[in-house]
Amino acid sequence: MNLHELTIHDAHQLLKNKTLSAVELTRAVLDRIAAVDEKIGAYLAVTAETALKQAQAADAAFATGKVSPLTGIPLGIKDLICTRGLPTTCASRILEGFVPPYSATVMEKLEQAGAVMVGKLNMDEFAMGSSTENSGFQPTRNPWDLSRIPGGSSGGSAAAVAADMCLGALGSDTGGSIRQPASHCGVVGMKPTYGRVSRFGLVAFASSLDQIGPLAKDVTDCALLMNTICGYDPKDSTSVPQAVPDFTSSLEDGLEGVTIGIPKEYQTSGGLDAEVSAAVSRAVDTITDQGAACVEVSLPHTEFAVAAYYVIAPSEASSNLARYDGVKYGFRDADAGALIPMYRRTRSKGFGSEVQRRIILGTYALSAGYYDAYYKKASQVRTLIMEDFKNSFRQCDVILSPVAPTPAFKIGEKADDPLTMYLSDIFTLSANLAGIPGMSIPCGFSSQGLPIGLQLMGNHLNEAVLLKVAYNFEKATDFHRQKPPL
Amino acid sequence: MKISREEVIHVAELARLDMDAAAIDTFAAQIGKILEYVATLERVDTRGVEPTTHAIFMNNAFREDVRQGHLEKEAVLSNAPAKENGNFVVPKVIG
Repeated sequence: MNLHELTIHDAHQLLKNKTLSAVELTRAVLDRIAAVDEKIGAYLAVTAETALKQAQAADAAFATGKVSPLTGIPLGIKDLICTRGLPTTCASRILEGFVPPYSATVMEKLEQAGAVMVGKLNMDEFAMGSSTENSGFQPTRNPWDLSRIPGGSSGGSAAAVAADMCLGALGSDTGGSIRQPASHCGVVGMKPTYGRVSRFGLVAFASSLDQIGPLAKDVTDCALLMNTICGYDPKDSTSVPQAVPDFTSSLEDGLEGVTIGIPKEYQTSGGLDAEVSAAVSRAVDTITDQGAACVEVSLPHTEFAVAAYYVIAPSEASSNLARYDGVKYGFRDADAGALIPMYRRTRSKGFGSEVQRRIILGTYALSAGYYDAYYKKASQVRTLIMEDFKNSFRQCDVILSPVAPTPAFKIGEKADDPLTMYLSDIFTLSANLAGIPGMSIPCGFSSQGLPIGLQLMGNHLNEAVLLKVAYNFEKATDFHRQKPPL
Repeated sequence: MKISREEVIHVAELARLDMDAAAIDTFAAQIGKILEYVATLERVDTRGVEPTTHAIFMNNAFREDVRQGHLEKEAVLSNAPAKENGNFVVPKVIG
């Protein structure tokens, strides 16, 4: 087996046995990036020098025995997580050249765990998009079919994991931005409960929805990454002061006593591809064959989730993105005259069109005379969506559904039609509105060989049950072991 | 149309964005379509429903008011497009 194809837990065994060094492993991953990323475009920056230094430190740690499961493991990081001393762009021209003077809490946790960062990964600008086509720098291609999108906004993260250009990655999920690209690229992705992972140092898009999470080659790796990045952080006032369990400890428990729920509204949702629907049904059968009970549940406000989300998220974004003014960091229009024209020219040249569209939409929804009709109304509908989940989780432990209505679409296919693009988020964004954890795992392939993902959603802080069901499913299938033909 | 050209111009001004005529037309059409879709929310009866701004129960996060370290001035200023004598430089504000 090629070193770059290793999972985190397999690599850890080899590192521990000293049959492999962290420097060798890191070199293998850097070589892999050099060999295939030209075709894919997952990385915005490869940080080889820092990576090799971190790998040397990891080898020293293995010599003394003070290691974690992530020591010496090469990871990729979505480029909206601040990395001290290394550029962080959010895939936006407005942050070109920005070098954060501090690191995100998740980066400090990874550093303490001895992980190696090999580079910063491409994304839709400011995480706004479902295809990574909105990157201000480059598109990313799906490793399974280079004419298709990898999903988004964490498209670089998902593509890099799928193409073995890192052993695992961090992404962020505001409306499906980890789960949907994970689904399209055939990898495992998890959006933790809102507040589980510190958002300190995560560049803000929609603060009440954003959450950092892992993308991984299998469920065990996902659990190991979760173990490292979760936990209360006084620097994030929305961080949840709750103990974090060892997410690997319950993976092997069986599925007896677990009840899965199938939302009836998701089956009648328009635009659901027949192959996706069939793959999800087969996955439900596999899981019930393993001993889980199955009930139908109802999420009656599902049809309003996209509308509520596309008021709330742009509103929060319009406020968060007010800070990009050409004064403190990033791009400033060179021949701007007075202050206000300087702001306007800087922001218009620095932000791409999707970001500007959402700023306009959000500013409009929050502006005088419209607040009640849009933002307040959407926030009330959000309450009803949360209650739907609360009621469903009285009957079941895990809700199963598709992640995306179709497999990955062609690059350019939806680029001119923002509303159609938004509607493809139908199955994922409710979890962000409700703050609950969600996950995507590979559950099949389309007749064209494109990966299909299964979504698992659970109650607040109950990531462990999702990981357990996912692990059991993974043991019974081999979708996660398939590799794209690169 | 749910949003007029004039409204797009007004909102762009509020949001400190510059827009040419073509962009205004495109945005008015696209955002109009999105707002028409958003109008489906009017079908939901929300009388007496509290709005949610945070999806997970949370109290105010208080901390002791103690002096802490801060970022290094040089590191922070190194990102500024224009700086002088340890300050950010901006275009003239008062005439």
